[in-house]
Amino acid sequence: MSEETLTLFTWLVPAGPLLAFFLIILLFNRNKTLSWITAWAGIFASLFFGWTVALTVFFEGIEDLYALAHHPEVIESAIAWLPFGESIEGWLFMGVMVDPLTAVMLFMVPFATAMILVYSVGYHRWGLGPGDHVVLGAPNHAGIEPLFARFFALMSLFAGGMLALVVSDNLLLLFMGWEIMGLCSYMLIGFWYAREYEDPKSTPPRRAAVKAFMTTRAADVVMLLGIVFFYRVFGTLNFSEALSAESLATAADVVGFGALGLMALFLFTGTVGKSAQWPLHVWLPDAMEGPTPVSAVIHAAAMVSAGVYLIVRIFPLIAVAMEGLPVVGIIIAGIGAFTAIMAATIALAQYDVKRVLAYSTISQLGFMVAAIGIGAYVAAAFHLITHAFFKALLFLGSGSIIHGMEYGAEVVHDHHTDPQDMRNMGGLRHKMPITFWTFVAGGFALAGFPFVTAGFWSKDEIFAEAWFQGTHGNPMAIVVFIVLAIAALLTAFYTARQIALTFLGEPRTELAEHAHESDAFMTIPLVLLSLFAIAFGWLGIPDNFLGTDGIFYNYFHHFVGVTVEERFVELNELGIHVHEIATLPWEWLPLITSLVVALGGLFLGWWVYGRDPLAAGEPDPMEEPLGPVWDFLYWKWYWDELYHAVFVEPVEYFSDTVVYQLVDKGLIDGTLHLIGRGVYGVGAYFKGFEETVISDGVDAVKDGFLDMSREMRTIQSGKLQEYVLVSAGIASVLAILILAINFDVLNPVFEWWNNVWINVILPF
Amino acid sequence: MIPLSWYLLVAAALFCIGLYGVMARRNAVAILMSVELMLNAVNINLIAFWRYHAQPVGGELVWLGQPTGLAWAIFVLALAAAEAVVGLALLISVYRQRESVIAEELDTLRF
Amino acid sequence: MVQQIVFIIISTLTLIMAWVVVTNRNLFHAALALMATFLGVAALYATLEAGFLAAAQLLVYIGAISILVIFAIMMTRRLMQTTETSFNSQWVMGAITSLVLFGVMAFVILQFWGFEPGEPPFGMAPTAPEGLIASSVEILGISLVNPEAYVLPFELTSLLLLAALVGAVVVAWPERKE
Repeated sequence: MSEETLTLFTWLVPAGPLLAFFLIILLFNRNKTLSWITAWAGIFASLFFGWTVALTVFFEGIEDLYALAHHPEVIESAIAWLPFGESIEGWLFMGVMVDPLTAVMLFMVPFATAMILVYSVGYHRWGLGPGDHVVLGAPNHAGIEPLFARFFALMSLFAGGMLALVVSDNLLLLFMGWEIMGLCSYMLIGFWYAREYEDPKSTPPRRAAVKAFMTTRAADVVMLLGIVFFYRVFGTLNFSEALSAESLATAADVVGFGALGLMALFLFTGTVGKSAQWPLHVWLPDAMEGPTPVSAVIHAAAMVSAGVYLIVRIFPLIAVAMEGLPVVGIIIAGIGAFTAIMAATIALAQYDVKRVLAYSTISQLGFMVAAIGIGAYVAAAFHLITHAFFKALLFLGSGSIIHGMEYGAEVVHDHHTDPQDMRNMGGLRHKMPITFWTFVAGGFALAGFPFVTAGFWSKDEIFAEAWFQGTHGNPMAIVVFIVLAIAALLTAFYTARQIALTFLGEPRTELAEHAHESDAFMTIPLVLLSLFAIAFGWLGIPDNFLGTDGIFYNYFHHFVGVTVEERFVELNELGIHVHEIATLPWEWLPLITSLVVALGGLFLGWWVYGRDPLAAGEPDPMEEPLGPVWDFLYWKWYWDELYHAVFVEPVEYFSDTVVYQLVDKGLIDGTLHLIGRGVYGVGAYFKGFEETVISDGVDAVKDGFLDMSREMRTIQSGKLQEYVLVSAGIASVLAILILAINFDVLNPVFEWWNNVWINVILPF
Repeated sequence: MIPLSWYLLVAAALFCIGLYGVMARRNAVAILMSVELMLNAVNINLIAFWRYHAQPVGGELVWLGQPTGLAWAIFVLALAAAEAVVGLALLISVYRQRESVIAEELDTLRF
Repeated sequence: MVQQIVFIIISTLTLIMAWVVVTNRNLFHAALALMATFLGVAALYATLEAGFLAAAQLLVYIGAISILVIFAIMMTRRLMQTTETSFNSQWVMGAITSLVLFGVMAFVILQFWGFEPGEPPFGMAPTAPEGLIASSVEILGISLVNPEAYVLPFELTSLLLLAALVGAVVVAWPERKE
């Protein structure tokens, strides 16, 4: 395929969904069928273009990896977009770029999004009638979603934003896609804006949407600062120009490692917000309030992946900054590892089937960020892709479960039992076999079930990398290794818990008793995604697995590694020592660790929850032995309460006592009252004066004012021409005044006034 | 051999005549016609400056023929056309309702 | 000299015709005078070597706008009567204001550019390089579709014209009886 065609295809990747968005919004918003067909057309066009580009690049890599390493940017095309100064060099460029990293993203994002859009048609009950109680902005369990077209329009825009971000060749376009997703996430999390809960502690979708938007926005401000800093230092926002070896070395010379480290941390803050890392992770669990396909697209294909994609994309910058300023790496790895283990512990004690997955997402993103923090570039990217596949699968599976439960609720007319609470499920294995098997595939991938699933290989690569770094002079990496190992153990444990609580045993409520399998729109994407959740990992089997040589080939590592490999070699030649992207020597310990944590966690989970399934009304078997720790985990480490106490309440307190009571009521109102009282007093005095002495005179003044206002009223004549006359008159008078001042005509007047001021008025 | 100021003076005079018409005529159609005069005055200015705008190149003043003045004059022309169309349509609509196009009588927006 | 005489004749005629436009009691005559004024302005463009614009002036102003004005006059029958006074009560103030404004503008113009003919650029039109005047229309045309020049205002203008067209139809449409 010729280069021009490929470039055109790359430009067209984000175009399909964006076009679909406008078509649906402007033309098809009344026709539900046409709107999903349009959305499908858009995303499948992207899928076609994206896969064509990705596979072309991939085969180029297989053919000649060496050439690809020397020129990783296979496709680069840009147009001058915004004048930024006087010359053509001062233009901001906007363009697309495809290197191996982009290619793997282009492989994952359109596919996962397409599957989610296919699934959504079934999820929103297309084909059913409108149902009895249609409330706009509330979930409709009995019929088709009333805001069907809006959903598909926004999902298309979301996908378009993500694809634009992926193919972008500069930080600005990336930021635009980033913000489009921020907007869409706000509108989609709050999609069921009319939904209310009786429990005041739970968050309705409206508030969840605002929370997500505000939290990520706080991070984006810092990120924007980082982008400006980036432009200031490198003079361009283009990735391949700014992050080339020479450019980085020059920047390190000119502004120093400290500034580069600060810039990396600024940009990383954007990731912290978007990818829900501690301390800004609080929005993501509440984002579960959106429809399940939205959760899937936020958690897998788009939003949170974008955050990690950003730090993977600017990894050369981070690597250089870490080299000169190790604290950057410690902060990034520390935040990642802490988030990974914190979220994993919270997930242990959640009952909502989607909330468990939400915390597991946060935890897995922590794995990726920690990997970046210790310099494991490829491992992070690999885990990003595999995680996207199996997490999309898990979310869609959980949506299918909820759908089945809601069907049961419709059958038995029970609208008080929570269809998302795992305590109300059980025994769904027989009711929903396809959902069960695909969910098991996804869950085992998440837990890292050895040798078969994708999650095992990507986690194993992170462990291997951490162990290698740790044994080669980076003590931080050992800490990361241990923390991540514990987190992985917990992950396997809560995955087993979730599967056991949901599918095993006997139905614990009428809802679960009457649940049934979802339709083909929903099951087909599950099956397709489960294939990738398993098989994609086989692309990343380490070269010398088990000490063999030449049997396995780590396609993923070599392919994505060449994106920066050559650059790092050059950097080392220029005297900046960064970790090279190299094939690691074989070690047994990381493999044993992965095996132990995955199998051990799954076994423990089965032993606690699966061996003796929960009966109806029984508490969680972990609740009693853990005691107060359980509450601590159940209430998510009290982060929300802490933030409420530290950020929300002081602001409210400040607004209430200082601004409202003191400034508004005390100062402003007090002043006004004082003036009022003073005027009132003066008025009373005049009243007496008038009544006794010069009633007539005051009457005369009153009449005078009345007459004057009658006269003045005629100014407001409503006659156009009078207004024109007045404005023209004023314009001429002003013009004459300005001219007079310019030509010094008025100088004598000024001098006279000066004299009067100095000699007459000032002496007083 | 015509200095720039002559054109500008003619344009200024035309503008002021138009302004006078806008302020003094009673009939709304006449007001619209006067507005057209003012727009024409502006266009004369634009074209005059376009023709007299020279830049020093190698110590000599050279007319470079940048299209700026012409382009804006074209835009003014198009805007004048739009304005005339909408204005006259409004007038006809007003005339239908009130049987009058005397600007003074259209004073619903007073006090 | 010839140029100056031609200029003075054209501009005097233009201004006289403009005067007729704003003073004539008969609106129909005023509209005819308006056409003459437009013609004079087109001639001024021609003396400025802006031939294309002169042609556009003829087409748009005389061909379209003036005809439109005459149509409007004819459709509102009462306008044809000339019994009423044509000026409102503020015409004296209006005249004074206009005169003052003209005085100010003339003062500024003469301050900056002087009245006497003289050297380029302002005393006389700067000489144009060979063929540049002839190709100015081409340059203009290219600049109107050049993304780095006027393509955006150009497209917006077309949008505006469309909006004016639709708006005029909507506004002037006879009211439907409910």
